[in-house]
Amino acid sequence: MEYSITLHVNGEERIVTVRPADTLLYTLRKLGLTGAKPGCLNGDCGACTVNVDGWPMKSCLMLGVEAIGKKVTTIEGLKNSPIQQAFVENFAFQCGYCTPGFIMNCQALIEQHPDADDQTIREWLESNICRCTSYIEIEKAVKSVLQRKE
Amino acid sequence: MDVIGKSVIRKDALDKVTGRAMYTDDYQTVHMLSGKIVISPYGHARIVSIDTQEAWKVPGVRAIIAGKHFPLVGESIRDRPPIAVDKVRYHGEPVALVVADTPAQAKQAADLIQVQYELLPVVNSPTQAFEKNAPLVHERLGEYEKEEDSHPVPGTNIATHIKIRKGNMELGWRESETIVEASFSFAPSDHAAMETRCAIAEIEPDGTVQIMTSSQAPFMVKQLLSDYFNIELGKIIVRTPLVGGAYGGKASVQLEVLAYLASKEVGGRPVKILNTREEDILTSPCHIGLDATVKLGADRQGKLKAAEIIFLWDGGAYSDKAIDVTRAGAVDCTGPYRVDNVWCDSYCMYTNHPYAAPFRGFSHSELSFAIERTMDLLAQKLNMDPLELRYINAIMPGDTTPTRVLLNKSNVGNLQKCIEKVRELIKWDEGAISRVNDRLIRVKGVSCSWKTSTIDANAPSGAILTFNRDGSINLMAGVIEIGTGTKTVLAQILAERLKMDVNKIHVRMEVDTQTTPQHWKTVASRGTFMSGRAVLNAAEDVIVQLKEIASCVLRAPKEDLEIANSRVFLRDDPSIGLDFKDISFGYKYPNGNSVGGQIIGRGHYVLRHISNLDPETGEGRPGPEWTVAAYGVEVEFDLRDYTYQLLTAATVVDCGRVMNQKMAEGQVMGAMSMGLAFASRETFYFDKLGRVLNPQLRTYRPLRYGENPRYLVGFVETPQIDGPYGARGLGEHGVMGMPGALGNALSIAAGVSLHHLPLIPELIWRAKEAANGAPL
Repeated sequence: MEYSITLHVNGEERIVTVRPADTLLYTLRKLGLTGAKPGCLNGDCGACTVNVDGWPMKSCLMLGVEAIGKKVTTIEGLKNSPIQQAFVENFAFQCGYCTPGFIMNCQALIEQHPDADDQTIREWLESNICRCTSYIEIEKAVKSVLQRKE
Repeated sequence: MDVIGKSVIRKDALDKVTGRAMYTDDYQTVHMLSGKIVISPYGHARIVSIDTQEAWKVPGVRAIIAGKHFPLVGESIRDRPPIAVDKVRYHGEPVALVVADTPAQAKQAADLIQVQYELLPVVNSPTQAFEKNAPLVHERLGEYEKEEDSHPVPGTNIATHIKIRKGNMELGWRESETIVEASFSFAPSDHAAMETRCAIAEIEPDGTVQIMTSSQAPFMVKQLLSDYFNIELGKIIVRTPLVGGAYGGKASVQLEVLAYLASKEVGGRPVKILNTREEDILTSPCHIGLDATVKLGADRQGKLKAAEIIFLWDGGAYSDKAIDVTRAGAVDCTGPYRVDNVWCDSYCMYTNHPYAAPFRGFSHSELSFAIERTMDLLAQKLNMDPLELRYINAIMPGDTTPTRVLLNKSNVGNLQKCIEKVRELIKWDEGAISRVNDRLIRVKGVSCSWKTSTIDANAPSGAILTFNRDGSINLMAGVIEIGTGTKTVLAQILAERLKMDVNKIHVRMEVDTQTTPQHWKTVASRGTFMSGRAVLNAAEDVIVQLKEIASCVLRAPKEDLEIANSRVFLRDDPSIGLDFKDISFGYKYPNGNSVGGQIIGRGHYVLRHISNLDPETGEGRPGPEWTVAAYGVEVEFDLRDYTYQLLTAATVVDCGRVMNQKMAEGQVMGAMSMGLAFASRETFYFDKLGRVLNPQLRTYRPLRYGENPRYLVGFVETPQIDGPYGARGLGEHGVMGMPGALGNALSIAAGVSLHHLPLIPELIWRAKEAANGAPL
């Protein structure tokens, strides 16, 4: 059975047909929002991270129907944000596959903990895997934005 | 240099930080079907029966392929059925393929397929495979089609045997006062690219095969599909968009074959196969394992006199690219040291493990662990500083390689300079060991590496440049953007040659085999070198064309013209000239008369003087140059529980020329991260049935944020005369020295010689217990 649901994504109302078992990741990709990536489909890698009501969420661990009534932001909803610019300037990506997930996680971190210390940054960012960079580049990017906020 | 060396922002940057960047699975059409593989749960078993009856009842199922004989596939030896028949040879091997309307339906049907197996004895290591009465993985090894330079031994598990015979071993051992011998081993592991492999196939009514795939080798996909299934080359079009990490793992051709067979089964409709993470780890080819024995001899001064080396590579169930890995390992078997007497036997062994793909470093990070650990054992026995031992034996111009290539100032980097620089970076002279407290000590370990590429002697690379009316240039080259930023470097090379603004060069990221000039494969750290040369060649072509038309309009000989800043002008009076935009589509005179047309440049490159190896002695020239590097790793080791923290990792590599500072640093640091993960934690854990027990990213754990050490990167720039602006290979080298350097540091720290990877605390504890004579 498929059901038609309305989701609030990137400031727009989107109507989409889903099976009850469809994950939010699958649902978003069905909407053409392919920025969130499948990497493991069980919450290990973080490549599918989006923001739900301002918090980072691995969209493979949430059902599409669970997002009804919540505000979902994907990488496509982020425009010219400081963290995106910081990723560019610090070469904080290579293949780019984990990048949307990392950026969404960083974005939520910056919003929730503008004064995050090293320990907090680590606790947040260790939930995502980047296989190309050394993480130092990502650390520099997120810290450059946090410092600007202070 | 205006552009070369600068940290030019990557051309793919904005797409990648906005979610606009498209990878293979991001391409989806309404009529696209979904393929799902059923995999073998065992390492070695006879297939007794396959029951698909229940699976067919699932709505949306369009095809089920099982038990069907297709042509055998495989790169060097055609030993692999695309879908297993009669028996399975590794955990993860495809035994059936379901095609359905949606991924959910395909999965549901796949789960309902019942396969009965009868277990067969498992070959669980290359050493076991090498034993006389080992079970055979391939009973009909002698009947397979193969390439000339593969040497399988029917009746055994040997897929190939590469021999290096250089100098006089008897003399070598006679001159050696100190001899050390040691064995090393590690199981296969995985590339764990964040993008799991994905392929889409469609067959058009006229027979044209359209493939889209996350591959490092779309041109090889085209070639192999043509060879395997007898399809006209021109009727195969392979597209590769951005690739989400590859590290060698996507140089193998596998899912493309399955997608093609699936599409064929449903009348040519498009079918997509996307690996789950578990399939990507189990089913698709992995990172090779190795059992090695190294014997080194040195004279009283520590000069190496003889090396005898046996490599038993764990090629897994099918030989595919492992044959070439085995050869590459033999070619550089001694590590970056002068040894005049070398005897090496490099065997590719069949086992009941997932089969091997290339892995960043192509045998070199693996063999380096064995060589560099043995070098430290030698230093210990000689009572010499391990860095000094490496320094005095460092390979130099005038020396020969194991395959007897004479080295000169261009084709090998300066290892001694690398060692000097790494010595400073890691403050080696302050001591290798320092005590923090009762429990903790800090220890440094060092290593070195070298590498040439072992790729096809006639591997091509091409580039096309087309002009836009505004004078900007489109650059098309067959290198795949797998994350290394090579296409940005190509734009820098072109901008440098034409002395123009790099922002006026537009790079096409996607490759398709119909309109992009061929680049053999994006592997072996050869992208910048080969594609860079092709771009320079194409640049010469457009320079000639630009000058030709300018010469006509300016009424001046071509020799008097110069090019810079998107302009052609007179050498002695730059004010007289023409902008690119006025001549890039021909020139229009005031009265409307026009001459010329769109300027289109073409360039190509093929490595010169590469030769096949002599099957008896190994003599031959495998690659154009050797990049060398020196490494250091510092750990903080807990003497009580054998846990440790990675503090510092350093690499100094002679890259010939730094093309883009930040990207070069990023390549080296990222590679170190991967090398440390391989050395310290990543492995497949097999059970007695050859099953991989950890096929998920929670049990197979790459490094995560915060687990990384501090990274130090240094460059030495000894230009390779043939390289674009002197550049050498760079992408793989950060990986190669990490296992050796970490192994050396921990061996010193724990006070016991460590011979296996990954270097987890339990392994160190086991080595300690064994050394203390405790029963385990």
